[in-house]
Amino acid sequence: VSARRRTTDDPVTLEQLFAAKEIVVFCGSGGVGKTSVAAAAALGATMHLGGKVLVLTIDPARRLATALGIEGLGNLAHRVEPEVLKAAGIETRGELWAAMLDTKQSWDDLVLRHAPDEETAYRILENRLYVNLTARFVQSHDYIAMERLFEIHATGEYDLIVIDTPPTRNAIDFLDAPARMADFFGSRLLRWLTLPYRVGGKRGARVLNVASRPFYQMADRVLGSQFLQDIAVFFLNFQSMYAGFVTRARAVERLLHDKRTTFAVVTTLEAAPLHEAERFCELLVERDFHLGALVLNKTLPDSLRDPSGAAAAGACIDDAGPLADALLETGDPGLADRDRTARVLRTIGESYRNFSVVAMREAELRAELARVPDVVARIPMFADDISDLDGLDAIAGYLFNAATT
Amino acid sequence: VNGPAPALLDRRLLFFTGKGGVGKSTMAAATALLASTIGKRVLLVEVDPKGDIPAQFEHAPVGFKAREIHPGVLALAMDTEASLQEYLRLNLRVPVIGRLGPLARVLDFVATAAPGVKEILTIGKIAWEVRESIEGRADFDLVIVDAAATGHIVAQLGAADAIRELVDVGPLRSQTQWVSDLLADPAVTAVNVVTTPEEMPVAETIELVDRIRREVNVPLGSVIVNRVLPELFTHADEETFDALRAPRGRDVLTSRVGVGGVDVLDAARLAVSLRRTGANHLELLRQSVDLPLLYVPYLFVRAHGLRVTRVVADALGAELGL
Repeated sequence: VSARRRTTDDPVTLEQLFAAKEIVVFCGSGGVGKTSVAAAAALGATMHLGGKVLVLTIDPARRLATALGIEGLGNLAHRVEPEVLKAAGIETRGELWAAMLDTKQSWDDLVLRHAPDEETAYRILENRLYVNLTARFVQSHDYIAMERLFEIHATGEYDLIVIDTPPTRNAIDFLDAPARMADFFGSRLLRWLTLPYRVGGKRGARVLNVASRPFYQMADRVLGSQFLQDIAVFFLNFQSMYAGFVTRARAVERLLHDKRTTFAVVTTLEAAPLHEAERFCELLVERDFHLGALVLNKTLPDSLRDPSGAAAAGACIDDAGPLADALLETGDPGLADRDRTARVLRTIGESYRNFSVVAMREAELRAELARVPDVVARIPMFADDISDLDGLDAIAGYLFNAATT
Repeated sequence: VNGPAPALLDRRLLFFTGKGGVGKSTMAAATALLASTIGKRVLLVEVDPKGDIPAQFEHAPVGFKAREIHPGVLALAMDTEASLQEYLRLNLRVPVIGRLGPLARVLDFVATAAPGVKEILTIGKIAWEVRESIEGRADFDLVIVDAAATGHIVAQLGAADAIRELVDVGPLRSQTQWVSDLLADPAVTAVNVVTTPEEMPVAETIELVDRIRREVNVPLGSVIVNRVLPELFTHADEETFDALRAPRGRDVLTSRVGVGGVDVLDAARLAVSLRRTGANHLELLRQSVDLPLLYVPYLFVRAHGLRVTRVVADALGAELGL
């Protein structure tokens, strides 16, 4: 079942999808391997499509960051050297660039850009609420990641930008972030809260009117009036950036809806992440974002569901003794101890059965997938972690040979 | 000077945190079930209510008012608005009739403007329940919290201290000191970190343990390693396995058990490699974190539900020597 009405022009491979887009946003719940898949997709695009490709990654594992050469670089984009790629046996047609997201730095840049003057900018940057807001709290990652994406896209430096989304409690939070940010700065509450201080001067006593008095009385009792004043002063300063900020947040939102942007949802075939992925696919379509691809990551091989495998596993368990006898004829010293061989045969038979149960569960979940995009890629479980270019190359191979549904 | 910290289940407040997807809720639920089997009554608090906690007991979602979801196990879902109402009613004697209405929006607004407000309402409610229990006014002995994930837990645990940094005077300031004291007491509180033998969960666990030590005054309990794959072979067995995979061994095997024999060998190879990769991560964890490590095996048979909660509770009980 297709998520949208399918036309003959819809891309049916990841290669076609990437060729048609300028931004690919990878999302999914934590632990599904989103960061590696995004980096591999960028590498694959460099190999198959060429051009200048950037992967903007949020919180990569250290070894992956090292492999991409971006460890400790903050917001700076870095080109993965062609020699490094060549040494890993990777032939690329284009340039692969990588960058990380430094949340604090990105917020500071934003303030410096939008503040009316330097003095206001520094008053904001040094405000303890601001420091708290940007450094401590996860939610602020949502907006700033999308803001950075906009910023980079606006430079026109890249043919394709692949972005990995921040780990949020709900995979969709970041989608609402620009709108929420704009609403927040335009809200009546904010005006209400800052109004008394505005009339009384930035450091002056507040002037209360009849309408706002009960609110302040309650807020004072809970928060204390000094704290309330701190908040108000902070937002008075922050409001000087209002126009620029809101315009920008709206622009970021438009970019996410732009035809040149597509979303790829990554999941494993476990119940919880898959459920989240499905919900996310539905929401994307509902809100008119472009759902481009679904990536099923870390899947077990089909051979675990093969009847001949199950039969062989059963024989290894039930006929371990006679099999061990027969294996004596190989003359291999490793198979000379009959009892040990029988034990190992039983062990591998049981292990096959164990993993087989998990593989069946995965297949069941995959069959239940209701709403899927046209491009579905399946990546097998790798025994080792993906932490180098070889690993990314392997994933890219599966991504770019993605079968259609 | 504090004496030695009591055994895990003898404390009054246990937090469970960890990277998303590692099985944090399952561990919180299983620990609650385990405590109930040794005669304790437990209150389970779901901080980010998705209904995961009641589901581990095959129970429908619960609200802010605690309900018994299993014999000896009560549960509540955190709700910051309800928590604020309760706070106003109990501490400031503000009568709140019905819904908060505009005040809820103010709270939402202030929580965005001054992060820490939502966190303090969460941690304050938890601490309040613990104090009620310690002082004999509650019908449970132990509070277990399915807490925020690694990215957010430090803010949550440190909310009371953070508020005092920001707020110079006022009731919020004076009413956070006892919360900090309760959280800091090793006879009462322990933060447990759930992880899996994988690269990112282990890296986040090491980083989180370090951050909790440096940034908040809350004692750590155990690190619980979930989904540990079994060791298939001894060293000698491994030689036999290699011989089975060698061309002659494989030929004899497939001539007897069919072509599927190759699938069986491949599956065992994958299992061995996965176990080995995981073992390397566990080794790094052991070297980097000086906390008790509890191991829970990978469950091949079931993915979630009360059966899993039971199996995990048994595994934890065995690890704790119960």
